[in-house]
Amino acid sequence: MQARELVVPATSTISPLSMLRKPDPLSDTRMTVSMGPQHPSTHGVLRLELVLDGETVVKAIPDIGYLHTGMEKTMEKEKWQQVVTITCRMDYLNSMGNDLGYCLAVEKLMGVEVPERAKIIRVLLTELNRIASHLVWFGTHAMDIGAMTGFFYAFTHREKILDLFECATGARFHQSYFIIGGARWDVPDNFIPLCEEFLDGFPSLLAEAKKLVTGNKIFQTRTKGVGYISKEDALDWALSGPTIRGSGVNWDIRKSEPYSDYETYDFDVPVYDGGDVWSRYLVRMDEFHESWKICRQALERLKTVSGSVKSDHPKLKLPERDLMKQHIDVMIHHFLLASEGFTVPVGEVYQSIESARGEIAYYIVSDGGERPYRVRVRTPSYVNLAALPAMVEGSLIADVVAVIGSIDIVLGDVDR
Amino acid sequence: MSESIEQTQTHSSRYADASIVRTKFADTIEEIIEVIGEITLVVKREGLVELMTFLRDEPSLKFNYLSDIGGVDLGEFASPRFAVAYQLYSLEHNHRLRVKVFLDEDDANLPTLWNVWKASNWLEREIYDMFGVNFEGHPDQRRILMPADYEGHPLRKDFPMKGY
Repeated sequence: MQARELVVPATSTISPLSMLRKPDPLSDTRMTVSMGPQHPSTHGVLRLELVLDGETVVKAIPDIGYLHTGMEKTMEKEKWQQVVTITCRMDYLNSMGNDLGYCLAVEKLMGVEVPERAKIIRVLLTELNRIASHLVWFGTHAMDIGAMTGFFYAFTHREKILDLFECATGARFHQSYFIIGGARWDVPDNFIPLCEEFLDGFPSLLAEAKKLVTGNKIFQTRTKGVGYISKEDALDWALSGPTIRGSGVNWDIRKSEPYSDYETYDFDVPVYDGGDVWSRYLVRMDEFHESWKICRQALERLKTVSGSVKSDHPKLKLPERDLMKQHIDVMIHHFLLASEGFTVPVGEVYQSIESARGEIAYYIVSDGGERPYRVRVRTPSYVNLAALPAMVEGSLIADVVAVIGSIDIVLGDVDR
Repeated sequence: MSESIEQTQTHSSRYADASIVRTKFADTIEEIIEVIGEITLVVKREGLVELMTFLRDEPSLKFNYLSDIGGVDLGEFASPRFAVAYQLYSLEHNHRLRVKVFLDEDDANLPTLWNVWKASNWLEREIYDMFGVNFEGHPDQRRILMPADYEGHPLRKDFPMKGY
């Protein structure tokens, strides 16, 4: 039989010659399989080209871009304050964390001080968001490996957190609540008792999780020794967050470069040095407790610290209406702020914060206008996913599923 | 224009004192800028890989973590047109540094940093995809976010906001 011309897609790095041969099922043991983009275990639209030798992965080539919506380009046309509506849609599970990073970056560039009550609200809501994001991780990771019951417990508790977000910000997802200068509005009166109720009931989840999942021998066998990456490789691949803390690197941006008064809160950073899926699991399970501790402390402070939640920098604060109606210069100020928006001084800034997935950093270039000139978002899932082939080559397909869950990627974060 | 921007207490990123490289790489480094507490080395493309290797290995600097590579398009008719900013971080000393290279439009090439930090693989691929900057020696330079047969580089300023 004649060898036919085959068109090889550009994304494949398989040698074209191997595809021109007539396949011989007795000697060719390798098969290329596309895992995704529609797949329940890839946590989104991720496509992995797996070259398999039986059940063993010889090569894994991630193919991303299915969720790319051009957010960085869109941010160039939005005004400075409107960009927070886009940043929360990147890593949609840790939306407040994204907003916080952007707001901190622009505040650094403008030289704006945020009042203390705003900082406390920021910390409280960011840590609640971290708990919510880790709950999704816990539920879906356990479910991928087969321990399906944990999913329901995780999401029940997460519903309570989403109710808290709705109470404070008006939205369950994509809150866009943090703005440059603080928060949009103060939390309502029923937020504090609701939050107390949630924090009181949360440790029961941790106890259930230990019984159901952590102590489960099958789960441990599926995760111990799987997806190993050494400390040196992890640093070389620029992993961050719980993914690198599972390889023994003691690094948390909330401790090393604190923002929003994190240095005044009492919490630990869990680090395990197994370098495998099991270690990363333990790191995130401990992070639940640490975030819970920070939430408790922030809630206590919220009860005592009063004040405005917005900065009174003249570029950010709209003048009072009475003054505006009496004085023409105040009216001009109000009009320009409300219609055109404020400008940010020329310059560039790089601000990184610790999101639930790792280091999210904003590199913002301003040309002095009322829109950002360039917003580059360094997202943790994008950089963490690049190391997936290094973790997965040589193991089984089932291990690929476990490793993807342990890196905890969110495709909105990867693709933007 | 530069208003005096006060360092607010909430931001505590420390930037490294990079004056040690000034004499050693005098022909690579064009200038060292410090603004709002952030230090940027503006460098030429020649000698970039040696500079990066030195920054990674020198004990007092020890930049073992490549945080980000960000590209900026300075304008369709600007010269130089592109800026590529490398954000480095040292876990040991807890300090950061930014290294910036300016490129002309018809000469948008840079050596790859794949042999210095593996993290540069995908970061450079994205800059190639979005801006069209070529990285010589890159093991796998192809589009990453856009489809493989796409034409055009979306984050350039002359690329329309709504796409084609």
